[in-house]
Amino acid sequence: MAVIAIDKDYAAKTGPRDTRESYHGNIMVYVHWEEHLFFCATLAFPLPPAMPFGALVSEVIAPHYAAHPDAAHINWSNVEWMINGEKTKPDFNASLEANGIDHKSLIRFWTPGLHGETGH
Amino acid sequence: MSGTKKLGLRQRYEHLTRGLDWETTYQPMDKVFPYDEFEGIKIKDWSAWEDPFRLTMDSYWKFQAEKERKLYAVLDSFAQNNGQTGISDGRYANVLKLFLTGISPEEYQAHRGFAFTGRHLRGAGARVACQMQSIDELRHIQTQIHTISHFNKYFNGIHDFSKMHDRVWYLSVPKSFFDDARTSGPFEFMIAIGFAFEYVLTNLLFVPFMSGAAYNGDMSTVTFGFSAQSDESRHMTLGIEVIKFLLEQHPDNLPIVQKWVDKWFWRGHRLLGIVAMMMDYMLPKKVMSWKEAWDIYFVEAGGALFQDLARYGLKMPKYHEIATAEAEHVSHQNWCTFYQYTHAANFHTWLPDNEHLDWLSEKYPNTFDKYYRPRFEMWGQMAKEGKRFYNNALVQLCQVCQIPMVYTEPGDPNTICFRETQFNGQRYHFCSDGCSDIFKNEPEKYVQAWLPVQQIFQGNCGGATIPEVLDWYGYKFGEDNFDYVGSPDEKLWNEWHADKIKAAS
Amino acid sequence: MAQLASITLMHNDDARPVIESIIADNPGVKILNMPGAVKLDCDGRITVNRASVEERLGRPWNLQEIHLVLISMAGNLDEDDDTFTLSWRH
Repeated sequence: MAVIAIDKDYAAKTGPRDTRESYHGNIMVYVHWEEHLFFCATLAFPLPPAMPFGALVSEVIAPHYAAHPDAAHINWSNVEWMINGEKTKPDFNASLEANGIDHKSLIRFWTPGLHGETGH
Repeated sequence: MSGTKKLGLRQRYEHLTRGLDWETTYQPMDKVFPYDEFEGIKIKDWSAWEDPFRLTMDSYWKFQAEKERKLYAVLDSFAQNNGQTGISDGRYANVLKLFLTGISPEEYQAHRGFAFTGRHLRGAGARVACQMQSIDELRHIQTQIHTISHFNKYFNGIHDFSKMHDRVWYLSVPKSFFDDARTSGPFEFMIAIGFAFEYVLTNLLFVPFMSGAAYNGDMSTVTFGFSAQSDESRHMTLGIEVIKFLLEQHPDNLPIVQKWVDKWFWRGHRLLGIVAMMMDYMLPKKVMSWKEAWDIYFVEAGGALFQDLARYGLKMPKYHEIATAEAEHVSHQNWCTFYQYTHAANFHTWLPDNEHLDWLSEKYPNTFDKYYRPRFEMWGQMAKEGKRFYNNALVQLCQVCQIPMVYTEPGDPNTICFRETQFNGQRYHFCSDGCSDIFKNEPEKYVQAWLPVQQIFQGNCGGATIPEVLDWYGYKFGEDNFDYVGSPDEKLWNEWHADKIKAAS
Repeated sequence: MAQLASITLMHNDDARPVIESIIADNPGVKILNMPGAVKLDCDGRITVNRASVEERLGRPWNLQEIHLVLISMAGNLDEDDDTFTLSWRH
């Protein structure tokens, strides 16, 4: 459906405020550790699209989730990943872009055996 | 019958409205009222508008003046008697910080919105009612500023509420709600604010919460709250009249009105999550839980209302069952958020003590022990070990309500609810089907959202570090933010308390 | 489902004769006391009678003075010089 506006040219005169061009070369990436709502919400990071996926894990994801007691027990090789709604096995040596991550992509991950403070 | 018998209330009111109205002749009516057709609402006969409250202008001024006299007498005596020292606990002041930065500016937005509708609706009865409401809303923000300015002399975080409202991350939630309403046409504004907000939802804010202010010894806030709410009763009748009028005027109006009711109910439900948190976590002495208030004011009162409106074919707002189920979660999820982002808030947070945890367990038997108590206990343990938890990353925001993506899947409180769509090659994310539907109905409007996290990353908010951004927000770092325990607020409260103990001995 | 017509008033001296009149004139009224406020609920319909308030107050009372103590209400309003009624029935 289209916007209801008094100005017929409304759509042409307006636009998004967060396109990739506004991020100085970065893309915005969303990350969420499933079953750990100790971290209340999905996290957001501005990152270079050429960053290797392995660097995302070791330099961004791991330190930001380190506060949870489960974090020390994560075995990154058996983590289950979902990128943009698809279960996938990312290539840690390839870039974010090569792993299908673009501007405002969502990365969710599950840590088998680690289910957080309200775990099963 | 005497020929000089006083006019009845109904006739007096008709003279004020219809009697003072005229058809324009220098300019066609369509040019004088250019905004009341593009939304698709069809009005056949404005004279069928019923005025439920027949308050003539002279009575309006008389009663409003009397309300102000009573209110300012209380504010004066509260200040003169150092009422701030008699509130239940220093923590209480934090609800006022949220109120002044997050709610009072919306009174001003409502004032502007009703001034606009009061100018642009073609029917004189509706115009007069909107103009009165516009003046009321201006009174509300003024009385709120006056009341809370007294607390500003003693407590931190409320020194620059209007700048904070325009800039602070979580205050974009109420701001964007009213920006959305005010950039709609006049009929949508009336359904959004007049009906969905005033009639269906504001009771939840102004009745149990204000009663809570009374219970916590803040006679100044309860007095402005109930004084404002006495105007709301009039606003509520305007809201219910406008919806009945639109539905009676033309059958084509029903689907448009239903869509607006669905949208604004959902937006209002999201907005009021902050009040849920104020009631369950921030009032040191509690009147009722958010869930109890929701049951009285939405399930029971809203149910009666929609049963009445069913004769026009109007249904309960879409996703109302989800909203009711969320009433068992929303206050906890919000307080968990502010607890871990306490460094980025303009008010103080704390972990509920054991007595408070037990109260929450009792009030939320289905959810609290299972999902939330373990989280608070874990944070409590960490704090004891000197590892107080702060979340140091920024968060993903919902494109529509602008709330961080904290809300969970209906029926699955351990899993965040993700919804995504693409528009013109861009990804957009939502916290719920309710917000996703709103976007899909008018994507061109919501792509323009000024989302605080996006703006920080783009470099538009004072800098790249948290202290730089907080400085741009107008916070005094180390005074306004962080836990209540150890804050200057707490220090001052304890000094007052020590004085009182000394005076008593 | 019951459709409660409802009126919430401040719990103060000005409102007392109004609260008492409502309780006397509306059989079956339910009372919810909150700090600072009282919520009065009746199935279907609730009425405030000017004459009834005047009797308790001992002076003439303009029904619109109710605005000074009114906090909230639920129901369709019908107001004239003598009665103030909220109802869900038509």
